[in-house]
Amino acid sequence: MTEKYFGKPIKRLEDKFMLTGNVKYVDDIEVPGQLHAAFLRSDYAHARILKIDASEALKRPGVVAVYTADDFGDFWKPGPLQVPPPTAIPGSQFNARTLVPIAKDKIRYSGEVLAVVIAESRYIAEDAFDDIIVDVDPLPAVVDLEKGWENTSVLVHDDLPSNMAALVKQEVGNYEEAKKNADVVISKRMLIEHVAAAAMENRGFIASWDERNQEMTIWAGTQSPLTIRGSVSRALGLAESQIHVITPYIGGGFGPKVMTSLADDVLLPWISKQLKRPIKWIEDRRENFLATTSERDQVHHCEIALKKDGTILGFKDVFYHNTGAYDSYGMTVPLNTQTHTISNYRIPNFYSEIRMVFTNQMVVTPVRGAGRSEGIFAMERMVDFAAKELGISPIELRKKNLLRVDELPLNTGVIGQDFVVNILDSGDYLGNYEKCLEVIDYEKFRKEIQPKARKEGKRVGIGVVAFTEGTAVGPYEGCRITVSTSGKVTMTSGYSTQGQAHQTVFAQIIADQLNVKIEDVRVITGDTNQFAWGAGTFASRGAALVGAATYLAAQKVRAKIFSTASKKLEVPEDELELCEGSVCVKGQPETTIPLGTLAALANPMRGVVEPGVEPGLEATAYYGPPHGSTGCGAMGVIVSIDEETCKPVIERMVMVDDCGTMINPLIVDGQLQGGISMGIGNTLYERLVYDENGQLVTASFMDYLMPLATDMPKKLDIVHNHAESSLKVNPLGIKGVGEAGAIPPGPAIVQALEDAFQDTKLEILESNLSPSQIYEYLKKA
Amino acid sequence: MSNKLFPITVTVNGVEYKREVEARLLLSDFLRHDLGLLGTHVGCEHGICGACTILFDGGAVRSCLIFAVQANGHEIRTVESLGTPENLHPLQQSFHEKHALQCGFCTPGFLMTLVPFLEENPHPSDDEIREAIDGNICRCTGYEKIVEAVQDAAAKNSQAK
Repeated sequence: MTEKYFGKPIKRLEDKFMLTGNVKYVDDIEVPGQLHAAFLRSDYAHARILKIDASEALKRPGVVAVYTADDFGDFWKPGPLQVPPPTAIPGSQFNARTLVPIAKDKIRYSGEVLAVVIAESRYIAEDAFDDIIVDVDPLPAVVDLEKGWENTSVLVHDDLPSNMAALVKQEVGNYEEAKKNADVVISKRMLIEHVAAAAMENRGFIASWDERNQEMTIWAGTQSPLTIRGSVSRALGLAESQIHVITPYIGGGFGPKVMTSLADDVLLPWISKQLKRPIKWIEDRRENFLATTSERDQVHHCEIALKKDGTILGFKDVFYHNTGAYDSYGMTVPLNTQTHTISNYRIPNFYSEIRMVFTNQMVVTPVRGAGRSEGIFAMERMVDFAAKELGISPIELRKKNLLRVDELPLNTGVIGQDFVVNILDSGDYLGNYEKCLEVIDYEKFRKEIQPKARKEGKRVGIGVVAFTEGTAVGPYEGCRITVSTSGKVTMTSGYSTQGQAHQTVFAQIIADQLNVKIEDVRVITGDTNQFAWGAGTFASRGAALVGAATYLAAQKVRAKIFSTASKKLEVPEDELELCEGSVCVKGQPETTIPLGTLAALANPMRGVVEPGVEPGLEATAYYGPPHGSTGCGAMGVIVSIDEETCKPVIERMVMVDDCGTMINPLIVDGQLQGGISMGIGNTLYERLVYDENGQLVTASFMDYLMPLATDMPKKLDIVHNHAESSLKVNPLGIKGVGEAGAIPPGPAIVQALEDAFQDTKLEILESNLSPSQIYEYLKKA
Repeated sequence: MSNKLFPITVTVNGVEYKREVEARLLLSDFLRHDLGLLGTHVGCEHGICGACTILFDGGAVRSCLIFAVQANGHEIRTVESLGTPENLHPLQQSFHEKHALQCGFCTPGFLMTLVPFLEENPHPSDDEIREAIDGNICRCTGYEKIVEAVQDAAAKNSQAK
């Protein structure tokens, strides 16, 4: 295979249209005759609904209809379980209380939908909110995870005996036995704070029922178009062929756009069918904060047991996980936490217990990092505390316990989000860590930079952590590749795109395999009429799974090209080769036949293939891995902090990453840098704060601080350190990389902050630190 | 809320438009939905994210914080006034070459912030670039490649002169 494109920093094919405002996001789509929907949302987090009277709203000019839960009759019902519970884990308990599309009888979180107004414009629809009388009986809200878990708590779901959404215990070895042999046992309680995904484009949904053709067209800013097609089909009793879901350009996903069975995707198709008019809804930022899903928010009770020499004997973690008011997305996030907690180090004995709690808060589903960040944070912090207790450098303690190359692949014994036992398949964990120490010049910092800064009265610290990123989980993805009679090539997939450069990276694979110009490859993603099989865009799996399927489908098309050309030219296949855009005879470059001509011939109507043979230079392929593959790496940071203002500055950051084979290093670096900014934001700025009444008090960008250009590291280096073993994990040797950047900044930054105050007793027990929180910590230190 | 309409005359990308609008219509909605200039994106509608940044009489402003009636008699430029897919503006070309965009939603706002900035500061330092874009949020890129793209555009601009 000639590799003109694969592995090269190819500039994106999609850019020139995006840069000039020539692509359409969901709000850019105007369907003739469309009406606008607005959702009246609850101000209360927990309340009984006594009465909702919308009769006045209907009198307002421009209002077409108003719906409350009762107006949907039998159509109203709790939604599907989007991700099933982990039946593979013995003894696991899971109480499914799935999302309802609109509140009926009881409100369970602030922002839950109470009424849908349909009007000629969005302005009028929102005006009508003032006309709707909502009478409720407020209830105390469940906000605190540990209190909410207690049997004495107010109940989010009255029919359950407690707020337990799930209880899952996983044990490897025997922690309590191992603890008996320990010289040191350290216990800590730590908080992982709640953050938003905050894609720059909010969600959006258009449903357009065509009465004449009996077909529903849906445009949605979703990571899972096929899930929506399936759920709308079931809910409305339509064949899937009657539903066409199109994902236009999407302004970022980062997790929550995978969620379905929300008010928009359930109610708007039904309303469109009732009114026989297209209905458009575009989420605003406040709605996105209040009611689109978010993540993190765990309380960990960790214990680590070690020998005096630093050997880790065991780790115990009982953690509370906030699932919000409903748990339709199952346990993906806390299971990721469980698997990632022991994904770096040699931990022979491990006990982990998930206590997933219903609260009167928005629903929790994966956000970039997705449970991985939490597990890595918990473990990395505990290793730091152990180092202090033992008087060993945190660096040496890590080096001692990090898994060695010859210990992989390792079956950790912990079942993960894909319901199979986590396999740490490949990589050089210790090598990554040592590389990071070298690039950040740890020794120089310790011996020269830090002592010099201290003499000048400045606070500066260093932190170096290890991480893994579970990626590329199944079940599968697929694609179809077709060569047109024009010679242009089209690839279609059920995968949807939110900025990950799919139009370029999949085209790179195809252009090399078929030896065509990359500009002649068109990649279509997320259109259910083009390709109707696949799971969705999540868990850093696109490049690995769709990439593998693309490679496999291209191989099949390549075989068809050669067999068709061989028949036409009457030359054996092994005497043929691909020249750019055509097939030529080896040694006779003048004897060529263009791919477009072969595409025409590959049709029994007029060609060289026999009737009954699968026509076309076209092939479909699927790829499903037996288990995910684990990216890995290390991160080092140097942080300075002004003792007066407590404002930290990231002076230097080094990220070492192993994501296996890179299709396009430019795109990989972009993914890592974007993830890093999110990790920095999560650590130093972003925090969703609920008050004791369940009110989200940070529901705008004025209160929820996003990381900005001036908050990034003053110097950032990304080092690719790809182990041989990583290049063999699937047909192309690709691991995911979408979430890696977001995982290690938290533990690295807090380690560096503690290091800057190593002469004090500063001990940081949470994942998000504003300057005022740092100030409070320092007062106690 | 009164539905009274107000006549306005606005020059957008060199074309004069006469329209009648409600007093409360946001300039961002006017540009997008009345004029069909979809390159201006709306990310927060409270003036923080910067996705809707346009040039108002040459200065970068948030079109979600202005009513369309306030644009009466003024001159506006949107991302559509820069380059075309076939002929990118030099700054757009640098964004392309340096991979300074991913989902592309915030990008028009960054471009409209940076065009007047580069005119006033043809040789900016990295810190000055970061300050200049501190009012624009990008969730995808981590800003690194945006800074590189601006440096690239500045360097090419000075070579051209």
